Parts: sequence; C-alpha cells; structure tokens
Amino acid sequence: MARPKIPRKSTSVDMTAMCDVAFLLLSFFILTTKFKPSEAVAVTTPSSVASKVAPEKDVVLISITKDGKVFLSMDDVSKKQSLLNSLNQIRSAGWSEADINALAKLDFWGMSIAGLKQQLTLPKDQQTDKTLPGISVKDTANNEMNDWMRAAVSTYSGGSMNLLIKGDNESKYPAFKAVKQALTKNDLLKFQLVTNPQGVPTGTDLYKANQITKGGAPVE
Amino acid sequence: MAEMDTSSGGGHKKGPGVKKGKKLSTRVDLTPMVDLGFLLITFFIFTTTMSQATAMKLNLPKDTDKPEEQTKAKESGALTILLGRDNHIFYYEGILDATASNLKSANSKEIRDVIADKKHRTDEKDFVVVIKPTDESSYKNVTDMLDEMLINVVKRYALVEISPVEEQVVKLSEGGAAAPAGK
Repeated sequence: MARPKIPRKSTSVDMTAMCDVAFLLLSFFILTTKFKPSEAVAVTTPSSVASKVAPEKDVVLISITKDGKVFLSMDDVSKKQSLLNSLNQIRSAGWSEADINALAKLDFWGMSIAGLKQQLTLPKDQQTDKTLPGISVKDTANNEMNDWMRAAVSTYSGGSMNLLIKGDNESKYPAFKAVKQALTKNDLLKFQLVTNPQGVPTGTDLYKANQITKGGAPVE
Repeated sequence: MAEMDTSSGGGHKKGPGVKKGKKLSTRVDLTPMVDLGFLLITFFIFTTTMSQATAMKLNLPKDTDKPEEQTKAKESGALTILLGRDNHIFYYEGILDATASNLKSANSKEIRDVIADKKHRTDEKDFVVVIKPTDESSYKNVTDMLDEMLINVVKRYALVEISPVEEQVVKLSEGGAAAPAGK
C-alpha cells in the first residue's frame, strides 16, 4: 500500500516570541521597581519576628543613628508645613513664611531648633548624618524632641499619626530613652519600631500559635 | 602531506566559478536568551519582595507619679531582665534581695528558655516581664528583648528605667564576670 508522504516537520520552535515576552517582563519589572534611595541617614535596623509591614502614609519617622544622633522626617509636605508652623509658635523661633516653606522641602530635620535654618545653607548631598549634629535630645531638661512631638500632636490632632522609630543596632540606649521620654510626655504611647523581618524560631510559643492558625483549625 | 595535496587538488578540479559557498541560515537559536531573560525576571522578583521593612508595635504605660495609678505586679510572677554592656543579660525572679544572690546571668540564647520556663511555671495572669536596660546597652539589645516577648507570647511586659541599686549590681556582676576570664 502506498502511503501518502507526510512531510516531516522540524521539532524546533521559534523562540523569538518567547524571548520578546521574557525581556518585556524583565524591562517592566526593572522600570517599575522603586530603587531604594541612597539614604542620607544610614541606619541598620535590628530584626524581629514582627510580620506587620511598616505603614507608609502619615508617617512621622524618628531615626537614631549609631552615634546616637536623632533625626526626624515625615512624608507629607503639607503636614510638614503645619508642623513647622506650630513649632514656630511653641518655640517662637521667628521663622518667616518663606523659611517654613523652605524647611518643609527638606527630606529630614537634623539640627537644633535654633540652628535649623543652617541646614538650608548646606547643599543637599552634604546633608547627611555625618555632617549634621541631629536634634538635641540628650539634655533632659531641654529635650527638643518634646517640642517637635508637641507640634506633631497638634498637626495630626484628629487624624491618625503613624509614629515610627528607626534605630540603629549599635546606638546606645540613652538616645532611645530620651526619645521615649519625649513621646510619653506628649501622651504618645503607641508607636512602632522599624525592624527587618525574621523567621520565628521553631518550638517557641509563637511558632506553635502560628502553626495552629495556619492549620485552619480555630481554637476556642 | 598527502592529504593536503588531495584536498587542494580536489578544490581546484571544479575550477573557478563552480565553487559554491555554503549558504548559512540566519536564524539563531534563542532558547538560551529566553532562559537568561526568565532567570533575570525571577531574580528581580525575589530581590524586590525581600526588602520590606516591618514594624514592631510598642505601647508604653502612661507616665504617672501617683502610686495608685501605677501598674502593680505580683512578686511571684515577676521576671526582671537587666541589660548590661556588651550584650550581657542578667535576670532575677521576684524582688532582688540585698546581697543580689538571686541575680543570674544569661546570654541572648539562654534567656529565651528562661522566659519560657518562668512562663510555664507561673499563673498566666500574674506573669509579667520587666525589662530594664542600662545606659550601656544598645538599641539592638532592647529590640531583641522586645522580640523575645513576641516570640514567647508574653502578654504583659514593661520597659522600665533601671534603679541605681540595680545598675550598681549589674556593674559589679559585669566586673565579676570579666575577672575569671582574665585569669
């Protein structure tokens, strides 16, 4: 019997389309990724098992560097302005409208209130934790963080403020204590510490509790 | 030598004009390139999701001078942890006695078992951990200890300023701990 001749097809597939897709996705991911901005205030955070992601809106961030310098930053420019306005009143710093606008444009504040305007004179790349002295907190009688926090409370009155503390591993406890005292004085009793995520060690109570909830068997 | 002669002779046999260059295909195998593309994609996906900062909640008690408003803790259920310099950890149960004989030393790994052990020994509603960092301790020590509270599911814990007596005891113990190592 004569069989009709079937032309043998090649098994190799044209990879061009797949290659296109791969590189399209690649370029998409590269372009959409927000690169971590090179931080002016370098802080290495400790790690914890806390799994809650740090909030990104309405943030008031207090950074503590390893030399114990304290810096303050916020995300919202209009909130920054109103904070500076109330700080101006509290301390009667004598800032003009233009000063406040300029100060609100800074990424972070790291000087004593009296000398804060000097930070404006520095070029942006020199405003780092190396050059700036930080907000003075060490002096218990005149802890300037008190006034900053008082201004923050009046700025966010009614709204919710996410108070974050980002401390360096090596920073000594007194700096944190000074910040803590400033917070408690202003009745800011709830705040969050920024940490790196870390796995829960096996065999501990939290590990067991997580196992139960993950298993889907509700207890009680 | 003989081989070379034949090959060159064979080439010349056809004569000029007859010699045909082999026509090469312009198609390239793109499979390795696709592999590379997807490898990079997976790399970027994994590296971007990893670097998310988390936050640990911390609630402080209200500052108060009135003793009736202060939180009371039962002596039997209290575990006090003192943080010294160079990651030294000291702890005692209940109240520190005059000679500080119930003050024990631990490292960062042992303290987890100490907390777990104390937790299982005491009634849950009496159990309270008091963390007292000295000025010599680092921020990492404090957060690590707060982390231990999370790990061991300690419901009640407090971050309290150290008293001068305790600070003295920690200083002495640190000196004592260093002396045998020096011998």
